[in-house]
Amino acid sequence: MNIMTEQSLENAVGDKMNAKSNEVIKMRGDKVGVFYGDKQALFDVNLDVRLNQVTALIGPSGCGKSTFLRCLNRMNDTIDSARVTGKITLDEEDIYDKNIDVVELRARVGMVFQKPNPFPKSIYENVAYGPRIHGLAKRKADMDQIVEQSLKKAAIWNEVKDRLQEPGTGLSGGQQQRLCIARAIAVSPEVILMDEPCSALDPIATARVEELIDELRQNYTIVIVTHSMQQAARVSQRTAMFHLGYLVEEGATDKMFTNPDDKRTQDYITGRFG
Amino acid sequence: MSSMLVLAIVVAIGLVAFLIGRQRAAAQDNGTVKPHSRAHYHGWWAFLLAVLPALLLLAVWTIGSSFYLDRHIHAALPERTADSKVASEALDVSLVKSLAKGLHQLDANTLAALPATFAELQPLLAAKGVALATDTQDYMIPIAVEANAVQSRLGMIGAVLAFALSIAGAFYALRQIAPRARARNNVERLMLWGLLAASTIAILTTVGIVLSMLFQTIQFFESVSPMSFFFGTVWDPRFAAAGSGGSQGQFGLIPLLAGTLYIALIALLVAVPVGLMSAVYMAEYASPRVRSVVKPALELLAGIPTIVYGIFAVVTLGPFLRDLSAALTGGSPFIQGQSIFTAGLVMGVMLIPVVSSLSDDIITAVPRAMRDGSLGLGATRSETIKRVILPAALPGIVGAILLTASRAIGETMIVVLAAGVAANLTINPFEAMTTITVKIVNQLTGDLEFNSPQTLVAFALGLTLFALTLVMNIVALYIVRKYREQYE
Repeated sequence: MNIMTEQSLENAVGDKMNAKSNEVIKMRGDKVGVFYGDKQALFDVNLDVRLNQVTALIGPSGCGKSTFLRCLNRMNDTIDSARVTGKITLDEEDIYDKNIDVVELRARVGMVFQKPNPFPKSIYENVAYGPRIHGLAKRKADMDQIVEQSLKKAAIWNEVKDRLQEPGTGLSGGQQQRLCIARAIAVSPEVILMDEPCSALDPIATARVEELIDELRQNYTIVIVTHSMQQAARVSQRTAMFHLGYLVEEGATDKMFTNPDDKRTQDYITGRFG
Repeated sequence: MSSMLVLAIVVAIGLVAFLIGRQRAAAQDNGTVKPHSRAHYHGWWAFLLAVLPALLLLAVWTIGSSFYLDRHIHAALPERTADSKVASEALDVSLVKSLAKGLHQLDANTLAALPATFAELQPLLAAKGVALATDTQDYMIPIAVEANAVQSRLGMIGAVLAFALSIAGAFYALRQIAPRARARNNVERLMLWGLLAASTIAILTTVGIVLSMLFQTIQFFESVSPMSFFFGTVWDPRFAAAGSGGSQGQFGLIPLLAGTLYIALIALLVAVPVGLMSAVYMAEYASPRVRSVVKPALELLAGIPTIVYGIFAVVTLGPFLRDLSAALTGGSPFIQGQSIFTAGLVMGVMLIPVVSSLSDDIITAVPRAMRDGSLGLGATRSETIKRVILPAALPGIVGAILLTASRAIGETMIVVLAAGVAANLTINPFEAMTTITVKIVNQLTGDLEFNSPQTLVAFALGLTLFALTLVMNIVALYIVRKYREQYE
């Protein structure tokens, strides 16, 4: 017992040390603003996303956290009235630059949505969808390999390996969400954006997805929007607090939840508003 | 008393009952007991009880008294003998009835001194604008007068009974009014029955149509064997003029069925790709501004009467294609002025808005989450449409196409004008051919005996067409319903 505790303590400390030393900036937002028509939804957000860390975006509804998330892979482009100002970089490269192909960008920065949205196709085809359109597999065997690896990484392989040809819509909510994560992983993105991935799931499914997020951190950089303070505290290393379209405060999750600088963060975390 | 007046009085009684009922119910609400129903429900319940039973009685009474009158006239008529001047008993009765109706037009003085012979009576009636058959007999005059008397007596009794029932109903309802009386439930139950009756009308009408066609069809198959109808390859009904008899004609369905399906096929080949692509553009690419202009404009096409399309085909497109083909071969045109191709083309244009509007709705119904999911994986817009949206919408689109097909099969006017009425059996799309609907019109217009196979075949054709479109609609509905379940 004692040894176990000591070991896990050591691991935790190791993690923290790693996190400290591993301060590579993967994505950087510089004075990001978003307009929907005439209405400004996001104001001058400066926020860094660090490599192989989970960055949680928190804040009350309508504070702009999802809007910011959708800027990171230009999903706001699909909304006709949306307009983005400022600069966002991925590996020092401006993603709103004219030379950037948005399709390529979205392959590098994948997205998992709030509500599980598997395509009305088989489980196999759901995962194979991305690799297929990007031509990642030359032969059927390669594709099988990618599908299996992705499903394994998304911790759903054991549950679906015997029914890969059944429709993805027939899975339970939590399984569907992990299928969507597998689908995102299949195109080997560098960054995975998650927009409240657990809001439509029950507590057990939520726990599985959170576990998964923690595992995925080894290979991917993750940005997650969440309404649950506990979830942010559990899965993230960095936390950013949004309010009314402004970034209120950003920092290491430990500090944010124990000793925030801003009173609004304190109030929100302790449930005094939001 | 005229039946309109009776009706008006019954409704008036009902309105009075409504006002009293509402008033009384409102007066009873003194705040001690919470009323179950609001005052106007009590009013409506009184109205319904005052009006509905009385109307029902009137309807039954009217039908019954007309039967009674028929029997009465029948009994009063002299025994038929071999030398009766009127051809049949039924004619006898109907002559008396029209005479009785004519007598209504005369004023009281004339009626008091009614002439005994029809020869004298006729000018009097003619002066009032009543024309009667010349074989009306003298002995019918007293019978007609008697019939009128019976009729007015019956009418009066019916009216009095209706008033009594109406007032009784009103009183019954008004007596029931109490704070806890459930007038609302009563009214709403009656409303429910009313709605049910309304929805039954459509179904009953369909059944009626099918049955009416069925009997004529059976009659048709008594003279022409179903084998030669369904599998015959020659359509040549021969106009058997009344009395000539003998020449039977051939009633082969195949040329007409082939023409119907051929023209529908060409129409679908035009309408489906164009309609589908315009739907994709409208649902996925068009900016709201463009959409707000193009969509109504496209749907305007659906509002043009088909006869106008037919005129366009026969006056403009047909000659144009004929001349074009003549110019291409440098001599004789290979496209005839009236051809399957022309008809199919114009019908296809007519059906574009049907396909595009239905498909647009279906494509728009694919959840946004599907699009986001695909775009979020780095798919382009067209990849998303091809691989996610169209497959998801496919069952619905197939349903839309089948619905369109059954419209194409039922279309008549364009075919009459653009493809002609010649029942050929050909595979050359540039020749004239015709469809089932056109032949139905053809067989039912003109001076034909109504019980000859030449006419009755129209019903067999109609029933065949009905069965064809019914099956297509059922298949379409089945597919559409199956598709709906997918996102629920």
